Amino acid sequence: MKILVPVKRVIDAYVSIRVKSDGSGVDTENVKMSLNPFCEIALEEAIRLKEAGTASEVVLVSVGSADIDTVIRSGLAMGADRAIRVDADNDVEPLAIAKILKHVVETEEAGLVITGKQSIDGDNNQTGQMLAALLGWPQATFASEVELDGSNAKVTREIDGGLETIALSLPAVVTTDLRLNEPRYPTLPNIMKAKKKPLDVIELAATGVDVAKRVTTLNVSPPEERSAGIIVGSVEELVEKLRNEAKVI
Amino acid sequence: MSILVIAEHNSEELHASTLNTVTAASQIGGDVHVLVAGSGSEAVANAAAQISGVGKVLHADAEHYKDGVSVEVCDLVVGLAGDYGHILAGSTTSGKDLMPRVAALLDSSQISEVIAVESADTFKRPIYAGNAIATVQSADEKKVLTIRSTGFDAAEEGGSAEVAAIDAAAVNGSTTVEGRELTVSERPDLGAADVVVSGGRGVGSAENFSIIEALADKLGAAVGASRAAVDAGYMPNDYQVGQTGKVVAPNLYVAVGISGAIQHLAGMKDSKVIVAINKDEEAPIFQVADYGLVADLFEAVPELVAAL
Ligand SMILES: Cc1cc2nc3c(=O)[nH]c(=O)nc-3n(C[C@H](O)[C@H](O)[C@H](O)COP(=O)(O)OP(=O)(O)OC[C@H]3O[C@@H](n4cnc5c(N)ncnc54)[C@H](O)[C@@H]3O)c2cc1C
Ligand SMILES: Nc1ncnc2c1ncn2[C@@H]1O[C@H](COP(=O)(O)O)[C@@H](O)[C@H]1O
Repeated sequence: MKILVPVKRVIDAYVSIRVKSDGSGVDTENVKMSLNPFCEIALEEAIRLKEAGTASEVVLVSVGSADIDTVIRSGLAMGADRAIRVDADNDVEPLAIAKILKHVVETEEAGLVITGKQSIDGDNNQTGQMLAALLGWPQATFASEVELDGSNAKVTREIDGGLETIALSLPAVVTTDLRLNEPRYPTLPNIMKAKKKPLDVIELAATGVDVAKRVTTLNVSPPEERSAGIIVGSVEELVEKLRNEAKVI
Repeated sequence: MSILVIAEHNSEELHASTLNTVTAASQIGGDVHVLVAGSGSEAVANAAAQISGVGKVLHADAEHYKDGVSVEVCDLVVGLAGDYGHILAGSTTSGKDLMPRVAALLDSSQISEVIAVESADTFKRPIYAGNAIATVQSADEKKVLTIRSTGFDAAEEGGSAEVAAIDAAAVNGSTTVEGRELTVSERPDLGAADVVVSGGRGVGSAENFSIIEALADKLGAAVGASRAAVDAGYMPNDYQVGQTGKVVAPNLYVAVGISGAIQHLAGMKDSKVIVAINKDEEAPIFQVADYGLVADLFEAVPELVAAL
């Protein structure tokens, strides 16, 4: 079975972002870019399934410009067999990405798709579910454990009330939560090898998807600043402040 | 056009987030209908009918809606969508599971985690872990939104809407729930609590979390945790507060042994009053805390419990 892993390049999770003063967006010039952490988890899971003999091939796919090739290579260095980049702008909306991914899933005849649950820039949490809908496949979102058994999967999901285990038929889309696994770091030999792995570029037109924006960003502004309060000297002072100043206890 | 709110529930009780979602729907303007899809869920339908601002409750009761499986509920919602200009659910794990699926089938771009309604087509939502707020305008004919509870007050009781039984959609059958491990707690629900006490890696172990729980019980609070505390197995996943966990905005949030990473702040910095207890005076959590106490939590927290 072939596993397709869609990944996204994002501003690194540990960078403090800066909102542009003209309200047009977030500054992405000269900031560290990385694979979205949830996509790393997705890729790790797919690689483990291949190592366990359950999957035959792990294909990484990303929608974006040539700028994202570096992070695609880092995914290949983790252990994906090959990569596909669908050449498009880097701000295509989740619905259009899902449509593009549907095209790739169908041409690749993938049996399982593992996406991240959320990209940490847009915080959308949509693409995997949309892809499942467009394919008419079942979905298992926010996975913390995945077991494949022939034509079925058993997935434990992180839900608001705790954990839920579902059984679903394959093919399916799984989206990853934080505790599914701990992604490996690419080793130096694998980084070298990754340079030679195939990275095919597909033109957007070949997918037939219209990526015209449905949602216009009118403005991006910084959140309301919260200023630091005071440091209290003792537990006693804390209790006094909470009672008489903040009046919350 | 009317607005459809998907009720969140467990077939017995309506989840509090539905009340916030109804408020968001009322702000959009239009007749607000609530869909209750469940099994043996009359009580939920009746509770939904009593929410102020609700004009009608659509009640689909069938065995295949028992567990709220998205692939099942999705087909029902898509079938009803013709009558509605907006479809809303809470930004809960079930809303996030369901709504993108609905949106894709309606060829609509879903808008996630709305915190403010500017007009019927313009909404505010946090991006980058809440470090930026985007104002977005949707050109889609049908707008599919998830609503972050902390952005909207809970709708009051006082309605008396009609409950209309509707037909269930066909069974999809691809997905079944085999089991759930749900946290059972006497404490308030983390998402809706007035006071939250959260512990981080500094708490050191699952056993030590009893210190956090003792403080929570003294304050009538819900217990929360940082990702590090959950990853280390001190607390279950559903206690995680943050960008990729739960978002809370209580009157009082007490962060104990939590450094204050941006991903954690994303889940709590809209709290009214923030207290931080940390032994490292440089910890970033102090930059957002109204009251900071630089102290060893193993001394300070028991002392605080005794003083309350
Ligand atoms: C994709 C992604 C998503 C994430 N999502 C979330 C999320 O939703 N929620 C979240 O919380 N994090 C999230 N994180 C993780 C986040 O970046 C931090 O790693 C995490 O919040 C740290 O948790 P912590 O503050 O408990 O641990 P640490 O950063 O290790 O801090 C522990 C603190 O405890 C203090 N301490 C230690 N001992 C004591 C003592 N005896 N008394 C008093 N203080 C003490 C220390 O001074 C320190 O400040 C995410 C990260 C990524 C990459
Ligand atoms: N540009 C993209 N190319 C490929 N996959 C993507 C892209 N954007 C999002 N995804 C996938 O969809 C997941 C969820 O993203 P989102 O819906 O944007 O929160 C990500 O973790 C990726 O697996």
